[in-house]
Amino acid sequence: MAESKLELLTLSILRRNPIALLILGICSALAVTSQMLTALVMSICVTLVVALSSMTISIVRFQIPNSVRIGIQITVIATLVIMIDQILKAFYFDLSKQLSIYVGLIITNCIVMGRAEGFAMSNPPVNSFIDGIGNGLGYGLVLMFVAFCRELLGSGTLFGAEIFQLTTNGGWYVRNGIFILPVSAFFLIAILIWVLRTLDPVQQEKE
Amino acid sequence: MAHYFDIIFRSIFIENLPLTYFLGMCTFLAISKQVKTAIGLGLAVLVLLVITTPINNFILNGLLKPGALGWIGQPNIDLTFLGLLTYIGVIAAVVQILEMVLDRFLPGLYNTLGIFLPLLTVNCAILGGTLFMVERDYTFGESVAYGFGAGGGFFLAVVLLAGIREKLEYANPPAALRGLGLTFITAGLMALAFMGLAGF
Repeated sequence: MAESKLELLTLSILRRNPIALLILGICSALAVTSQMLTALVMSICVTLVVALSSMTISIVRFQIPNSVRIGIQITVIATLVIMIDQILKAFYFDLSKQLSIYVGLIITNCIVMGRAEGFAMSNPPVNSFIDGIGNGLGYGLVLMFVAFCRELLGSGTLFGAEIFQLTTNGGWYVRNGIFILPVSAFFLIAILIWVLRTLDPVQQEKE
Repeated sequence: MAHYFDIIFRSIFIENLPLTYFLGMCTFLAISKQVKTAIGLGLAVLVLLVITTPINNFILNGLLKPGALGWIGQPNIDLTFLGLLTYIGVIAAVVQILEMVLDRFLPGLYNTLGIFLPLLTVNCAILGGTLFMVERDYTFGESVAYGFGAGGGFFLAVVLLAGIREKLEYANPPAALRGLGLTFITAGLMALAFMGLAGF
């Protein structure tokens, strides 16, 4: 790899964004984005899991027999996710109820497996850790963007604080119901992909 | 009996896994270019959900829950924190066994489902089915019904999406929207239609 550590970090945030370009890890991106807070927590959890699992797998990569590598990767990832799940349940019980099953589903988030298999298995621990952080941030960025639009337009708030005063509270903003519904995330991500691919035509799909 | 039908219909139409909970999105979007392959994928998901959800329910109620280990004289042990690790292990094992059994006894079906099975080990829809079962505290019978309904819902959604995408081949969208972007919008419109069934 000729890329420097800084490039590793920035490349995966924009030009190799896991959600918009590689279609990885979309399930949770759509489901937890009705509020900024849940999206932020989810991004932090995913970033931690990707970075730590990539690093762990990279450290033991010479000891892993090729035939059982998927099993070992899943075990490492599942252990990390269980730890995060337990911490959330212990200290932030309300949040963990809101995120419901989506914390557990980080295990099957393709970003985590994808980075473990595609990068960590063939690169040293520090690079894998940085690559994990970069991918986590790239994922978080898309999540925060979608959550920003949905919470602002759907309920007129950001992180629960009122930005647009709603008509129900004597203000001027009529809430836009569709942005509370999960389907709006489909359209927002589609628009995001459209913009990114217009700016960077290399990523367009061939006819 | 009506209760089980209720669970099945609810999980197919109202709580459709990909269109309401966005589970299994990666495969849902990636492998829906043709109706034929979509049917194979949908069947594989259906079969796996019908098998793994009840097995995980059995393990949860028989081994992991607080008090479940009473039969060996240890009623105070609570192993639910091991849940995630166990469920994903069970799913991976079922995938492997199913692959071998199909290869040996039903080679025709193996050719249809074979390529999708390993992929589905890390599919959110399969693990999601189990986790919803855990969260809602289903009994064994209910979990069979839920597995069937959830799998049926995925099958329905992916085949419908593939049908629409086959027609969209002839459309002429902006270059940057081609492929993935257009699929997102299609899936969003389908999700809106499915919400009508839930009475929004």
